[in-house]
Amino acid sequence: MLKIENLHARIGAKEILKGLSLEVKPGEVHAIMGPNGAGKSTLGNVLAGRPGYEVTQGSVTFDGKNLLELEPEARAAAGVFLAFQYPVEIPGVNNTYFLRAALNAQHKVRGEQELDSMQFLKLVREKVKAMGMTPELLNRAVNEGFSGGEKKRNEVLQMALLEPRLAILDETDSGLDIDALKQVAAGVNALRAPQRAFLVITHYQRLLDYIVPDFVHVLADGRIVESGDAQLARELEAHGYAWVRERESAEASA
Amino acid sequence: MSSQPEELQAALSRRYGAGFVTDIETDSLPPGLNEDTIHALSARKEEPEWMTEWRLAAYRHWLTMRQPNWAHIKLRPIDFQAISYYAAPKNKPKSLDEVDPKLLETYDKLGVPLHERAKLAGVAVDAVFDSVSVATTAREQLAKVGVIFCSMSEAVREHGELVRKYLGSVVPQGDNFFAALNSAVFSDGSFVFIPKGVRCPMELSTYFRINAGHTGQFERTLIIAEEDAVVSYLEGCTAPMRDDNQLHAAVVELVALERASIKYSTVQNWYPGDENGKGGIYNFVTKRGECRGDDSRITWTQVETGSAITWKYPSCVLRGDRSVGEFHSVALTHHYQQADTGTKMVHIGRDTKSKIVSKGISAGKSQNSYRGLVKVEKGAEGARNHTRCDSILIGKQCGSHTFPYMEIKNPTAIVEHEATTSKISDDQMFYCRSRGISEEDAVSLIVDGFCKQVFRELPMEFAVEAKKLLEVSLEGAIG
Repeated sequence: MLKIENLHARIGAKEILKGLSLEVKPGEVHAIMGPNGAGKSTLGNVLAGRPGYEVTQGSVTFDGKNLLELEPEARAAAGVFLAFQYPVEIPGVNNTYFLRAALNAQHKVRGEQELDSMQFLKLVREKVKAMGMTPELLNRAVNEGFSGGEKKRNEVLQMALLEPRLAILDETDSGLDIDALKQVAAGVNALRAPQRAFLVITHYQRLLDYIVPDFVHVLADGRIVESGDAQLARELEAHGYAWVRERESAEASA
Repeated sequence: MSSQPEELQAALSRRYGAGFVTDIETDSLPPGLNEDTIHALSARKEEPEWMTEWRLAAYRHWLTMRQPNWAHIKLRPIDFQAISYYAAPKNKPKSLDEVDPKLLETYDKLGVPLHERAKLAGVAVDAVFDSVSVATTAREQLAKVGVIFCSMSEAVREHGELVRKYLGSVVPQGDNFFAALNSAVFSDGSFVFIPKGVRCPMELSTYFRINAGHTGQFERTLIIAEEDAVVSYLEGCTAPMRDDNQLHAAVVELVALERASIKYSTVQNWYPGDENGKGGIYNFVTKRGECRGDDSRITWTQVETGSAITWKYPSCVLRGDRSVGEFHSVALTHHYQQADTGTKMVHIGRDTKSKIVSKGISAGKSQNSYRGLVKVEKGAEGARNHTRCDSILIGKQCGSHTFPYMEIKNPTAIVEHEATTSKISDDQMFYCRSRGISEEDAVSLIVDGFCKQVFRELPMEFAVEAKKLLEVSLEGAIG
């Protein structure tokens, strides 16, 4: 479904991704871990098409299509979703209105029926309930005055509503207390499905206790240096990222 | 952009949907302005002598005045002799059923179905086409409760005493250059009188339309709310697309007596000129309301998206004790449009309050200025003002300016001013786009949110209209 080959990307003159390769199949959950500055968030942003990132080498295909040549909104319509590390506030824009605009924009591109406000309200209320969120969040402006936890839950709500085929969670656990973390994880787990894949970007293993990944990859200096299953995440937690680097240099000198 | 030229062309012409000309026979005065013009104008309108004299006095005063140049606008000189001061559709109708079908079609195209509005929406519409008022709907229903809603020409003839008493009492003939010109040559407009204790049973509304070429539109509107009366009034404006600049110099006067409340909303969409700054309306308007009685209230709400140049400051004179003045404004400029707009709040009475909310949106190569005066006179014990001015810039070639003036002569006054200038952030844009919302829709969405505070003040159906207008006006603002 997603195939990344030898991806190099930079911001300005600074190269951040240096030959990253990764393949994700439908139904899989991949965790991307790594120390600060390894390029984890860059990977998410490049996949979602954030302006300012330049891909200098390599390719990304999504369902056989060249993802990199699509505008961000076209990627969204194709089924790529990025849950932001820092969700953005849009003052004065009603959250429900925003969600409907997003869903209908995607439906329109895909030639599906757009929802009227009554249909949409019914749908969004169900999702809110399933997420264990307060419905009151729907009446507020997008992320405006939301607590850190509310913002992250709002991201997962958007994901639940937009039903992407590939969901990228960019440090969705950062800034969450344990209760909020559990709620967010439950929301994500409820969305796990045979046709949907997840890329869970995180700094800590903690999140992976609740969202158990099929694969764990360690990103360091712009490349994947180690891949394994959920066990790898626990080893990382025990030994720290330095452990990976040591093993890597040991292999290199061997 | 991958659009074909034809599609692009279609998109461009869609941008100003009201830019058509109606082919209709008009009776007009030749261009030029002198005392004879005024006599001719006044005669055509069958006005009483006092009115003619009032006009002449204004004209003579105007001759002594010079066009002001202090606004932050660039303006080509106006040749006042090249303008026709009167243009009216021939065949004056006596009732709505007699209105020329072509005219009705025009208003339909503009989205003002007179028949429907009157009956369904519960809105009474007075439609001014070029210089004369063509139809006023729902008059009978209004008359039952004693509300007078008619064209200014009719008011001068039928309600002379009322007009004479209040006309020029808020904006005197010699108030400023354009107000003096208007006083001399005003052609039509709306007159509203809400008697003591009456809450006007429906929204009143006027649509102004400039159709003929080389014509100026000088409408005059006068609204009087007697003690305890309540009224909400809305005006909308459009004009055809023409290469030359056309002048619109209106005067609006509001009088609120004890405990009366007047809400005046404007959705201004005069032709703004093309993307190279050619053509468009010069919109130089004097709007002022006086809270004459204690505990009265005047609220101005304006959404300004049209005109090549907008130059106006809807103001409140807070004479009555505890009277309240409010000004809510959205001004959007694109391409080469220029707007210098804001308000004046003059506190005279005790414990008077004023509130100003101004939202400026600049795109293209436009210039958008907020200019506001808060004046607290000596006797205005306990006066309060709160001003909030926000501007948002789209692109790198536009300008946004804020000119706040304060004159405080009473030490008990509390005057607050907040101002912000921002850009639509790349983060906001990317956030919307990553959810599937296109660039253009994202801009409208963000701008709409930015204006929410003002849109809330508009009557429901017009809030929807205003929102659409912003979307259309912003087409092509990005990229």
